[in-house]
Amino acid sequence: MIKKITLLIFLFTSILVNAQEPQMADGMRADGKIYTVIAVLCVIFGCIIAYLFRIERKVKKLEEELKNNASTSSATKTKQDQ
Amino acid sequence: MKNWYKILSVLLIFYTIFLGLLGSVPRLHILNETIRNVYYHVPIWFAMLFMMSISIWYAIKYLMSSNPNHETKSFNAAKVGFFFAIPGIITGCLWAKATWGTYWTFQDPKLNGVAIGILIYLAYFILRNSLTDELKRARISAVYNIFAYVMLIVFIMILPRLTDSLHPGNGGNPAFAKYDLDSNMRMVFYPAVIGWVMFSYWIFDIKNRIAKLKTTLND
Repeated sequence: MIKKITLLIFLFTSILVNAQEPQMADGMRADGKIYTVIAVLCVIFGCIIAYLFRIERKVKKLEEELKNNASTSSATKTKQDQ
Repeated sequence: MKNWYKILSVLLIFYTIFLGLLGSVPRLHILNETIRNVYYHVPIWFAMLFMMSISIWYAIKYLMSSNPNHETKSFNAAKVGFFFAIPGIITGCLWAKATWGTYWTFQDPKLNGVAIGILIYLAYFILRNSLTDELKRARISAVYNIFAYVMLIVFIMILPRLTDSLHPGNGGNPAFAKYDLDSNMRMVFYPAVIGWVMFSYWIFDIKNRIAKLKTTLND
């Protein structure tokens, strides 16, 4: 029953609404301000990317440090063994 | 050059920010400009599903090989996937408010399915963190992970397709097929999916390397 009523409401509203074009943000694109939004999004995403790259560099540095430590400690070990 | 996918993901996401806002989209009632959310909301869910698939892949690999590194990777993938589910749900709520008139509706099987799926993965994290014996923890979490993934797929991919859903493409709702026909949207949507999937893999890679550092430090 509820489904039928909603269907009827949809039919009526669609008849009413179909009379005009769907509303789109044409004006926003026409006066060029959409580029500001794109710039804002790019800045935000760019910051996230820069942050990820920084974290990655830090991890890489730690990995290299650990590798060097491991190799020097094993070198001293073999020296002691000799 | 093993970092190619990171740079490609960044380029693809920037491309979708530009063309997603500037490109032409079909003019539809009710949806209006919110149709552009297809470029941002949907790829995030794809990234989440991709990460959960990696998670089950490594869980199976662990059970076959008993290599604890595989289980750690499986856990990390589930964490990254869970992280992507949060913006997925929030963006979904905002979009639902604008088009369906409500932030959350229990009438939609996909929303319910996602809520249950997220709770299943929360249980996975709690289960894994509550076990102290390492071998037991790895085995039990890997087995649970497989069940969790199967439940997630059933709840978000299969059940919504069997009943009526407000989401497009489910329960005979034809809207997604309508955008699929629009080749302009496809040119942005597919790169967005690839970009976000690669981006999620990048975070997964960093998490794995940190986990590896931790285990070598502990040894």
